[in-house]
Amino acid sequence: MSPRVRWMGALSRRLLCPRQRPLYAANTLALHRHFTSKSHPPKICVVGSGPAGFYTAQYLLKHHTEVLVDIYEKLPVPFGLVRFGVAPDHPEVKNVINTFTQTARSERCGFFGNVTVGKDVTVEELQAAYHAVVLSYGAEDKRELGIPGEDLHGVYSARDFVGWYNGLPSNRHLNPDLSCDTAVILGQGNVALDIARILLSPIELLQKTDITQGALDALINSRIRKVWLIGRRGPLQVAFTIKELREMIHLPGTRPRLDTPDYHGLVDITKDLPRPRKRLTELMVKTSLEPSEKDADRWSKADREWGLRFYRSPLKVLPSDDGHKAAGVLLSVTQLEGTGENAVAVPTGQVESISCGLILSSIGYKSTPISPAVPFLAKKGVIPNSIGRIQESPGLYCSGWVKRGPTGVITTTMTDGFETAQAILEDVKSGILDFSESRLGAAAIKKSLALKEIQPISFSDWEKIDEVETARGLGIGKPREKILDPQEMLAIISE
Amino acid sequence: MASNFIRRGLHCSVKAGGLGYRFSKTLTLSRPSHLLPIITTWKTPPGDKEGTRPYQTSATLQSEGKCEVPDLSEETVDVVFVDRSGRRIPAKGKVGESVLYLAHRYEVDLEGACESSLACSTCHVYVSPEVFDLLPEPDEREDDMLDMAAMLQENSRLGCQIILTPEYNGAVFTLPRITRNFYVDGHVPKPH
Repeated sequence: MSPRVRWMGALSRRLLCPRQRPLYAANTLALHRHFTSKSHPPKICVVGSGPAGFYTAQYLLKHHTEVLVDIYEKLPVPFGLVRFGVAPDHPEVKNVINTFTQTARSERCGFFGNVTVGKDVTVEELQAAYHAVVLSYGAEDKRELGIPGEDLHGVYSARDFVGWYNGLPSNRHLNPDLSCDTAVILGQGNVALDIARILLSPIELLQKTDITQGALDALINSRIRKVWLIGRRGPLQVAFTIKELREMIHLPGTRPRLDTPDYHGLVDITKDLPRPRKRLTELMVKTSLEPSEKDADRWSKADREWGLRFYRSPLKVLPSDDGHKAAGVLLSVTQLEGTGENAVAVPTGQVESISCGLILSSIGYKSTPISPAVPFLAKKGVIPNSIGRIQESPGLYCSGWVKRGPTGVITTTMTDGFETAQAILEDVKSGILDFSESRLGAAAIKKSLALKEIQPISFSDWEKIDEVETARGLGIGKPREKILDPQEMLAIISE
Repeated sequence: MASNFIRRGLHCSVKAGGLGYRFSKTLTLSRPSHLLPIITTWKTPPGDKEGTRPYQTSATLQSEGKCEVPDLSEETVDVVFVDRSGRRIPAKGKVGESVLYLAHRYEVDLEGACESSLACSTCHVYVSPEVFDLLPEPDEREDDMLDMAAMLQENSRLGCQIILTPEYNGAVFTLPRITRNFYVDGHVPKPH
């Protein structure tokens, strides 16, 4: 055993904390027996362990004293986009993991990682084993640009890029080319700003986060100095929110490039806008037209810059001379028809191009159907539902992005998860959801998985992985060093 | 001065995010703060029916057991929470305590996803007008987060940023309803 491994072993033993059992456990069991003698507790399973799944489970457990909830997750590790989507330099947002952990440790909650619903187990099997099934598997796919040159070297989807720096196993070999001076991000949402910030942040800030070591090394060697965020529409239609914009404006060592003509006409309009849009627009106007002396001074010394470019729609990726790499992007100049949130960008016929070696398409995520047995609206990319009740499918519910589309912040998903859970509890109460008959729940699914030689990962298994990741991070001043290889995760569990 | 210190003390410590850091005065730390166990407790809040099984996930904010809740002022403030179903829950707050913290003590369903670090708006509440006017102006960061809250109103604030003072006696903190357009158009959704 190498000294490093030995040291880690000692450390993890020292860090090992006995799992805290809720004090109400004994009481719960007594009550449970009493209850089951005349009825059966509703057994509900949740597909996906991101915020939507966990918030739905949490509400069910809190507001029903008997319900049993099992959460199924495709990856060996829980928390979905809280782990793989939230930017590494936003650790505060990840605090929600503490609440989710509390839920998962409940006596009435089970966690089954490493189980892909739709492949390892079908939705129908889940429906037979549980009284209700909640689909909260998110929006895993990306929207395609659909333009020529999209598959050239140097063009990546934001989804893959974010997955790469956040340690998503399927993106661990992305190895994006950061050897050019300019990056173009197609899209003006919070993901676009996250990527711009990660590309331009001083390394000192990033190396204290849980960004993967591979991404950190690549960023240390990155030559990107300029990032453009391109939007089809104008400043009144940007999708990012004010906190992220403010953070970008204040990013050390960088200067915003907000060209004044875009903002001159906005001053008079802002007062009539709804509050969030008003404050966001005012911040852009102030940054562009009336920056403080201190900001202006700081910006003049910055060696990296980023900017917003409006009324531009991508036409094609321009190849390098050898035809293998991206060398730029051709944009169609647009103008707006209509106003406000619903304004539509139409091409004016003019075109222009930007030279760049890195192109990231950040135009949104997309849900995919999980089973032919579940209705799905392909165009909208959502499951048709009424307050989480899936159309014409008794006992089937949905929550989160697959229910309402891939937008919103954690608060939105919380409300959404609560809403679906409330609908389920109403159906339990009204008798629409029939649970007079006992269901086998996880026992049935485990049996079926065993036949396929699939080993589900429990929450305490995850806690072993968590402990190793945290210990590895501790040695290098990071909150954790994520494990990227699922095989390595499985090896830790079986140790 | 003293009360101000308590206020600021709690405020800063709650903002710090890590449990150990927050209660470092009352805890002997043998491990890094972010590895401290999250302790679940079962407290019967006033008015709780017997025989139910409370389930709580308020995580670090109300952890007890090894960690002591910081000793706040003995002075109390009577306030009322109105939960998401419209139920009124009277609560005795301590001066210097945040509304989020108090909500957790009384098991009011107010989330604190980011643990008072101003990175979410899950603790969004409506404040009764008289008290709303007494509150200190929100921090720019609080305003930024409120912009992302669902169903924002004139009297919206984040529960984690409201630190109770004696003047807030009688305040009513209303949690936004869960469903945004449940009955807006008079439509009653049909269950399966």
